[in-house]
Amino acid sequence: MSAEPLLTSSLRELAAALAERRIRAEALAEAALERAQSLQERLNAFITLTPESALAAARAADERRRAGNVSLLSGIPLAHKDLFCTRGVRTTAASRMLAEFAPPYDAFVVERLADAGAVSIGKTNLDEFAMGSANEHSHFGPCRNPWDTSRIAGGSSGGSAAAVAAGIVPVATGTDTGGSVRQPAAMCGVTGIKPSYGRVSRYGIIAYASSLDQAGVIARSAEDCALALTAIEGFDPRDSTSLDRPVEDHAAALAAADGRLDGLRLGLPREFFAVEGIDADVRRAVESAARIYESLGARLVDVSLPRAELAIPAYYVIAPAEASSNLARYDGVRYGYRAPDYADLDDMYRKTRAQGFGDEVKRRILVGTYVLSHGYYDAYYLQAQKLRRLIAEDYRQAFDSCDLILAPTAPTTAWRLGEKGQDPVQEYLQDIYTIGANLAGLPALSHPCGFDSAGLPIGCQLIGPYLAETRLLLAAHAFQGKTDWHRQLPPL
Amino acid sequence: MNRTDWETVIGLEIHAQLTTRSKIFSGASTAFGAEPNRQACAIDVALPGTLPVLNRGAVERAIRLGLAIEAEIAERSVFARKNYFYPDLPKGYQISQYELPVVKNGAITVQVGEGEAAYEKTVRITRAHLEEDAGKSLHEDFHGMTGIDLNRAGTPLLEIVSEPDMRSAEEAVAYARALHTLVRWIGVCDGNMQEGSFRIDANVSVRPKGETRLGTRREIKNLNSFRFLQQAIDYEVRWQIETLEEGGTVQQATVLFDPERGETRVMRTKEDAHDYRYFPDPDLLPLVIDRAWIEEVRSNLPELPQALRRRLVEAHGLTPYDANLLTASKELADYYLAAVAAAGQALAKPCANWILGELAARLNRSGIEIGESPVRPTHIAALVQRVHDGTISHAGAKKVFEALWTGEGQDVDAIIEAQGLEQVSDESALESLVDAAIAANPKSVEEFRAGKEKALNALVGQVMKASRGAANPQRVTELLRRKLTG
Repeated sequence: MSAEPLLTSSLRELAAALAERRIRAEALAEAALERAQSLQERLNAFITLTPESALAAARAADERRRAGNVSLLSGIPLAHKDLFCTRGVRTTAASRMLAEFAPPYDAFVVERLADAGAVSIGKTNLDEFAMGSANEHSHFGPCRNPWDTSRIAGGSSGGSAAAVAAGIVPVATGTDTGGSVRQPAAMCGVTGIKPSYGRVSRYGIIAYASSLDQAGVIARSAEDCALALTAIEGFDPRDSTSLDRPVEDHAAALAAADGRLDGLRLGLPREFFAVEGIDADVRRAVESAARIYESLGARLVDVSLPRAELAIPAYYVIAPAEASSNLARYDGVRYGYRAPDYADLDDMYRKTRAQGFGDEVKRRILVGTYVLSHGYYDAYYLQAQKLRRLIAEDYRQAFDSCDLILAPTAPTTAWRLGEKGQDPVQEYLQDIYTIGANLAGLPALSHPCGFDSAGLPIGCQLIGPYLAETRLLLAAHAFQGKTDWHRQLPPL
Repeated sequence: MNRTDWETVIGLEIHAQLTTRSKIFSGASTAFGAEPNRQACAIDVALPGTLPVLNRGAVERAIRLGLAIEAEIAERSVFARKNYFYPDLPKGYQISQYELPVVKNGAITVQVGEGEAAYEKTVRITRAHLEEDAGKSLHEDFHGMTGIDLNRAGTPLLEIVSEPDMRSAEEAVAYARALHTLVRWIGVCDGNMQEGSFRIDANVSVRPKGETRLGTRREIKNLNSFRFLQQAIDYEVRWQIETLEEGGTVQQATVLFDPERGETRVMRTKEDAHDYRYFPDPDLLPLVIDRAWIEEVRSNLPELPQALRRRLVEAHGLTPYDANLLTASKELADYYLAAVAAAGQALAKPCANWILGELAARLNRSGIEIGESPVRPTHIAALVQRVHDGTISHAGAKKVFEALWTGEGQDVDAIIEAQGLEQVSDESALESLVDAAIAANPKSVEEFRAGKEKALNALVGQVMKASRGAANPQRVTELLRRKLTG
């Protein structure tokens, strides 16, 4: 078997090929690296490729397989969003500030996947410090959409979504603070899941907004997401917000399912379909996805999330507030970028941060600093926290009458690079459907459900109650058993 | 207006470094004196992606202190971020507790002054909260640059904030000393002021007597000895009163005390005060302390100085002054209690006298800590017992003490024997000496018989002299009295 099937095979299929010795991990890694390199100029999906360590890890995986016992992920190539710290490999957060920074440790997620034998081929592009919805705000240039390279890949985990969509790797890691896994997955026609807050350790993830940040995975199917997610969940004493509960084997649950969703109540929040600016094609595709769910036995119910539209203002106070503090450590004193010339300490801070951060990051630091300052804290930060509780309460109530919520992932498909560059608020409004799950700490998933008239992928989102990852994956898996949107390949 | 018309108001903020082996949010060591940056791990350096994990030992110590000052231990307290830029503050924020501290509403009663003028003063403690220390900026040896040492970054501190209840530098020093004793007593802080383990900030203001509103305060930062605390407050009070009497105003400011010049000087004024932008730290869950934990900590607390002080006065019959001295440190109190346990409570008073007298003087002179004293509590007990049962005189006891101190002897009875210090108490042996004294001093005899008590002392002195100090003076006195009045 050649490495060609990397493009079309699922993680599960690749794992089977490895297990049956039809292919070696080294050959898979070589193929993945080669494809990454050949597409780099067109997609810019990677910030750093690590061929040497990838091939060494792949050979080690082959070695272990010869010796016997290996896990399912052993030898599977993958890529990490360049927000996950990787020992000895530069971890940039797509920022000039960390362009040369090589951490002395691996993030929990990186460690877990390496322990499982997966082979990382490199670090994927993102919006600087994960701040953006298009992957246009990167010090290393924008990542492009494999379906149309004049368009954005979505963000902030654009590189990971593009790498999976382009058939470079079957799975990639991402982080989701306001939709950063789900939205690029939707834009690139792949499947991405953000688990409940606390499910996956944040240790080693460069922080954007700590109370919202959550690691997730992007793959071609819900089944592949289930395999990868199971590997990265679990308690980590190094993250105080990590949940100490037993890990569920999502993949085993999917394997045992019969493909039916009888009795599942799917809530359609009426406010979500009344949003101004929702694209007609998106709306149609999501509505037809709902009917497919119905045909699988699910029951559609009307639910309400009355404060849905307040999610954006709440998020754009809380996230910048936390970011303004989280990013204070980039001061040029101990590591990272330092301005070459400065007069005194204050000047060093000013120039280092002015030169080291991009515009969007600076914008959010300024907003965050403002909303936390004396005299404004109560009016902004405290208000936003109250809203956050109310929004979480809306979701809780909605789940009284449904098991999962079905919604669009984003109001539009991928836009052209530079199209929204002048108005940050336009970009913020893209997050309307995804932000709620972060504010409420809920698990959510995006899977492909069709294409618009321009041939661009459309994402359908499922949001679950706290810790209902398995339920989300079961539903999407059943959907993907009946549809083939997720099997479509971009015309690269 | 003259000076007596002013009232001084003082509140103290004390940073006590907790005795945990590792830092408050990382596993790095807190030991003092390592090479710069050898005890700073990835978390302390604030590398991207690192997260704080709370050290439960630090919380346990906060609970101990809270219980010792009879404060409320918050069931739920919250860590907040205090944001400001400084090169030795790696994260760009300090993790501290702001709106919801772990300990609140405590109090401590302290002795102020000595002798007749001594009085008790209760100082209320508003709160005590957990926080991390910053690193150190080193400005010397770097030729115009600044060196950063992050060994101290993340060291656990308990900031103990009093109400502005103190009215003089003496009260402030008494309170600070009592707290210093207490934190060491319960083992939460080593109290080493040279190493910065116990740092004092004093908020000082003055107001006309009778005024209920507080005057504008100035905060004297980082005082690291009680002497400097006293001097700095004295200077500050004088300066504020002079300023006001000359028609000036006091501006709210943070000042530093310069011990060499004996002055305070302004470090920053209110205008350049930071906006710290406090908000709850999203990396840490609220700190929840259940009753069971509090009770467990309570059950492990030693008897506290205040309670012991009361017991020494009420049950041991000591003066409040002596009780206060003996409870100046846990080590001293333990020494005293061990001595009394061996000697019997009836001899508590002489034990206290020996410890606070001869022993304290010796220790002080030679710079030895009580824990290292060559004279052990059991020695003191034996010494006191032998004086009490008349085996040796006070003078003899001093000789025994000397032998114990120098290490010449280890056993009190053996020393008495070796040096022949035993007093002659046997009546038959004393009788001839007494008779001789009566015969040789008719004048004294006559005076005594005429009612002059003091004359007896002269006769005792004669007998003592004749015995070369070996006679038991008490027995001699008894014998003389019997013979002269009988």
